[in-house]
Formats: sequence, C-alpha cells, structure tokens
Amino acid sequence: MKVHEYQAKALLRDFGVPVPNGDVADTAAGARRIAERLGGKVVVKAQVHAGGRGRAGGIKLADGPGEAERVASQILGMNLKTPQTPPEGILVRKVWVEEASSIERELYLSMTLDRARSTHVVMASSAGGMEIEEVAVRTPEKIFREWAHPALGIADFQARRLAFGLGLVGDVFKTGVALIRSLFALYLAKDCSLVEINPLVVTKDGRLLALDAKLNFDDNALWRHGEIVALRDVHEEDPLDVEASKYGLNYIKLDGNVGCMVNGAGLAMATMDIIKLAGGEPANFLDVGGGASPEQIENAFRILSSDPSVKAVFINVFGGILRVDRLAEGIIAAVKKLGLTLPVVLRAEGTNVEVGKKMLAESGLALTMADDMGDGARRVVALARDGRA
Amino acid sequence: MSILVDKSTRVVVQGITGKEGAFHAARCREYGTQIVGGVTPGKGGTTHEGFPVWNTVAEAVSKEAATCALIFVPPATAADAIMEAAAAGLSLVICITEGIPVADMVRAKHFVGGTSSRLIGPNCPGVITPGQAKIGIMPGHIHTPGPVGVVSRSGTLTYEVVGQLTSRGLGQTSCVGIGGDPVNGTSFIDVLTLFNQDPETRAIMMIGEIGGTAEEDAAAFIKTHVRKPVVGFICGQTAPPGRRMGHAGAIIAGGKGTAAEKMAALEAAGVTTVRSPADMGATVTKVLGR
Repeated sequence: MKVHEYQAKALLRDFGVPVPNGDVADTAAGARRIAERLGGKVVVKAQVHAGGRGRAGGIKLADGPGEAERVASQILGMNLKTPQTPPEGILVRKVWVEEASSIERELYLSMTLDRARSTHVVMASSAGGMEIEEVAVRTPEKIFREWAHPALGIADFQARRLAFGLGLVGDVFKTGVALIRSLFALYLAKDCSLVEINPLVVTKDGRLLALDAKLNFDDNALWRHGEIVALRDVHEEDPLDVEASKYGLNYIKLDGNVGCMVNGAGLAMATMDIIKLAGGEPANFLDVGGGASPEQIENAFRILSSDPSVKAVFINVFGGILRVDRLAEGIIAAVKKLGLTLPVVLRAEGTNVEVGKKMLAESGLALTMADDMGDGARRVVALARDGRA
Repeated sequence: MSILVDKSTRVVVQGITGKEGAFHAARCREYGTQIVGGVTPGKGGTTHEGFPVWNTVAEAVSKEAATCALIFVPPATAADAIMEAAAAGLSLVICITEGIPVADMVRAKHFVGGTSSRLIGPNCPGVITPGQAKIGIMPGHIHTPGPVGVVSRSGTLTYEVVGQLTSRGLGQTSCVGIGGDPVNGTSFIDVLTLFNQDPETRAIMMIGEIGGTAEEDAAAFIKTHVRKPVVGFICGQTAPPGRRMGHAGAIIAGGKGTAAEKMAALEAAGVTTVRSPADMGATVTKVLGR
C-alpha cells in the first residue's frame, strides 16, 4: 500500500525525523491560508502516488500567500502525467504546502528488503535528488549499504558508517545518526516495504530535513496497522482494482481485450503470457485463489466483464482445491444476473470437472471448451478478434 | 529415490483443527502419507477427524517421532509456528500459509537458520514424491513416479506442468514448490543441488517468475554444477512493471526482475527455455530424448 507525501511526513514527524513545516489543502484558498501561517517562501506540491512530479509541473515555488494561491489553483484539478503515472495521468485533489528550504546539499536515504539476503537493507547516497537506479549505474561508489541483523536491526556503528559515507560532520553527523535510527524504527514499527527520502537535505543553517518522503507498506501486515489502512486513498487506484479488493480478489487491469480468470498467481501470469504468444493482449490479471466461493467467482466475472474493452473471456483453472462445479455455479449466476453475452472459453482440470462442465454446457452460455491451455488461448484470441473461435 | 520426502516421512500438521488443515491432512493421509497427528495450542488431548491433537510440536516429536511439519496456521501466527517446528527439531518444515508479513519471515528464517531444520515455503503448495508421500495441497492424482524433478515458485503452474508430463507418460521423482514470497526458506539452488545428487532424477523442470534474482542465481549455479538437462520457464513475460502479480514476491521493481532477464540468464547457463507454458511437458520429453 502507498500513501501520500503529506501522510508520510506526518509519520516521519511522529518518529522524530525532521521535516519542513507545512500542511495539506484541497483548495487554493486553503493553500493561501497555510502560506500566510508559514510566512516567507513556500513550496506547493501535488499529492499523487507517483514520482517525477517536479518535471511534470506538479511542484512549484511561491514567494508568498498570493502566489501560493495562484500556483495551487494551477496544480489542483490538473491531470498530472509523469513517467510513473498511467498515460492519462492522475487528477490532483490535494496539495502539500511547506516552508521553502535553503539547500546546502542533497542526499539520499532508503530502507527496503534485500530479497537475496533475506533481510532489511539501508541505502545512503551522497547523490541525492536523482533516481537511485541511475546513481547505481553511473556512480555506484556514491552508494553505501548496511544490512540489518534479522533480529537485532541496525546497530549504532552501522548508522555511523552510513553517516560518514554521506560526508556528514560535526553536529549534522550526530543528527544524521539519530535520523537513520529513527527512520529504521519507523520502517520496522509500521511494517514498511519501502522508506525513501529523496532528497534528504542539509540546509544552509546546518539542519537535516526530509524534503520528500515515500512510504510503502507490506500489504500482508496491514491487519496489524489500522492507522495505516485509514490512510488509503482509493482515488489513486484503478476503480476495478478497488472493487476487486473488496471481495479479496487479486485483480489488475491491463490494456488488452481478452479477459482472464485463473486460479493461482503463477498460472494467471502464464495465461497472460500465452494469450500474448497467441497474438492477443490480456485485459487483466485475475487470480481467484484456491478456495474461491461461488460468490467470489460471480463478483470476479462481473468485474472483469465490466471492462468495456473485454471482447472474450478465457477461464483457465487447474484446481487442486478449487472445485470446478463451484466455479460453474458462480459463472452461471453472474451471467444470469448481468445478462452477459460475452463469448467464454473454458479450460478446466480439477475436482468435479465433469459436473462443472455439464452445468456450464446446459447454462445457455456462449461457451467454447478447450482441450488445453494452448488450444484455449488460440480460441479466445480468435473470438476477441473475429468473434469466432 | 526421491528428494526431501518419502514413505518414511512422519508428518505433524500444525493448524489441523482449522478448515484447510483438516481437509488437507485427510487428503494427504488418503494418498498414503504418514500423518501422525496435529497441533493446535489449547486443543491438546482431543482428536480431530481421527487425528490425535497436541498442544505443542515437541509433543508430536516425543510421542510419535514426527520428522516433518506441515503448516496451515493463519498468517498472523504462521511465522511463530515455523519457529516452533524448527525448535522441536523437525528436519523438514513445510509452510503452506500465504500472507505472512515480510518482517515476520525475516526473523523466522534467521531463527530456522540456527537450527538443523529445512524450511520449504511459505506460500507454497508443498512437496510430493509420487507414489510415496504427498505433503501439501497439490492434487495427488495428476502425479506419477518417474525421472523428472520439478521445482517451482508457483502452485497451480506446477500442477499444469505435472499434468503435461504425466499425460506424456513422464513421471516425477519429486515436485517441490518453493513458494511465491520474497523471503522463503529453500531456494532454487537448494532444490537443484538435491535433484543433481539424486540418481533417479534424469531431467529437471524449473519454473520461475518475475521479481527478485533467485532465477539468475540459479542460472549461475546450473552453469557450474548441474550435470543434468534443465528446462526452464519464467511466467510474467507480459506483467506490467511495479505491480504485484498475486504473489507477494512477483513484482518488477526498479526495472529489475523481468522475465526477459531471467530467461536470458537461464539460456546463457545452457538451460533449455520454453516460451509458451503449453510447451513445458513436450520440451522435457525432448531433452530426455523420448
């Protein structure tokens, strides 16, 4: 799960990590009032779940309240398009207004899981303000890493090594060490999957400030963090993805015209791949899981077929746990309720497969039975393209 | 021969009084697996669907000489169940549970590393040695004994390849699901090592997916160590970057972990790669010269 910068900065502040003073507004007048309260120059920042906002015109400097109101009115309501947003952009609904900082140096600090080592890694770089992937390619010597002990976390000496690596000295060094430790405490306490401060700045008056903050959270741990779940902004997600998540379905909308319903993540990805190999494009990823109920199947079918670009549906299930008769029950219920006429190709193996196939054959559904995965993919791609299998 | 599990494996099911645990314990027993009983803290001394229930894994070890744990405990307490099984001295701990928090697994994996236990999973279908023992949730009837070792990060995609192999008359020595989570107990390399040493395994089918570098690491290992034909498939060739594709570990992050990179690494290591998941069984047949 992702959160907005303003929400991330509030969490940072809770954990004693210094951030610029600021507040969030959803109107230009509100932005003006914040600027009045802060005094001096301010920065107005679009709040969307995507990076690259500055270059896309989503971050602007303002000399005072009047200009803050003016730039906020430009940013609010714009469809911000960055390399990280969908092609149509994201509607900006909120801006974060903060004191402008006088920057001496820009640094980088992040924490995430190192899968290869099965533990957390803290990364620091003296090349702040750039994409870390770019730094890793161009100047890898500027990146310092410390791996946390799986049970003990980051030790003081590791935080010091990172702070030395960043070239911090004197009082700033001490605050840097404390900041790294506080940030790691936040990372662990909130089950973050990513904490990224880019840039972390040293100001001209010798303070350290998190000028930007990106926090992602481990979806598997959200059950123990009601306070994080409350920060979810469904506007930032595809409406069909949000609808699917209500029913515990793993659905991701894609750009093609072949709807897919599959059990198991690996088989679902492989089904997308084979549709592409057969000359088609998948309209979605959908894993209904092993124990899907007829109600879940019904909702899954409703959601994937509500995408107007879907021209045909490929149901590919290889069940151990999933019973094909229950799958059939859910599909028939969905078709009847919604009056669907989409052609469906079914490839099913598993428990009660004959009963399930018979139910579907007798349902009056426009159904094509496939012998195997390859056969099913060829048929569904032809149906989506020509209306014939 | 086989790897990891066989007729002599004595299994204790953690979470046996839950719906999933009870259902699959019964399916495993029907297959012929020695299920000695189960553990549900607080329900010790009872029986559940014919299985004795204990409060602790240690009791299952002392009373029934259990050697392997099969875990169906819900995600909130599954990491703890893994540690309990490892502390009880079981040589093999198979965790089916999906959805364990990453931070919990980091600690649990470290804990298991300090014991003599091997952890398989979590978020996996388990391990089967056809004709001997099924310890997991896979449909037993699609498997048959034979010369192919199967290792995979995915559950149902493993059933797919096993179905393709069996329908061509090609059986399996053992099939191991290592799981779809970013932190797991047993890696591709661990399983490849075992298949490479197993005299009856004559070819290996390896199924990877997007995310992480486990397949690239496996490729480097195969190049220098594996002397048997390996067929590889990577799912997620069409997956969009930055999206988690069902499995917690299946994500292309920062442009890394793509199917194309993994396929290229496997090809460079001499692995016969398959583009279409429909061709996995036929390709294994071919490399075995049948």
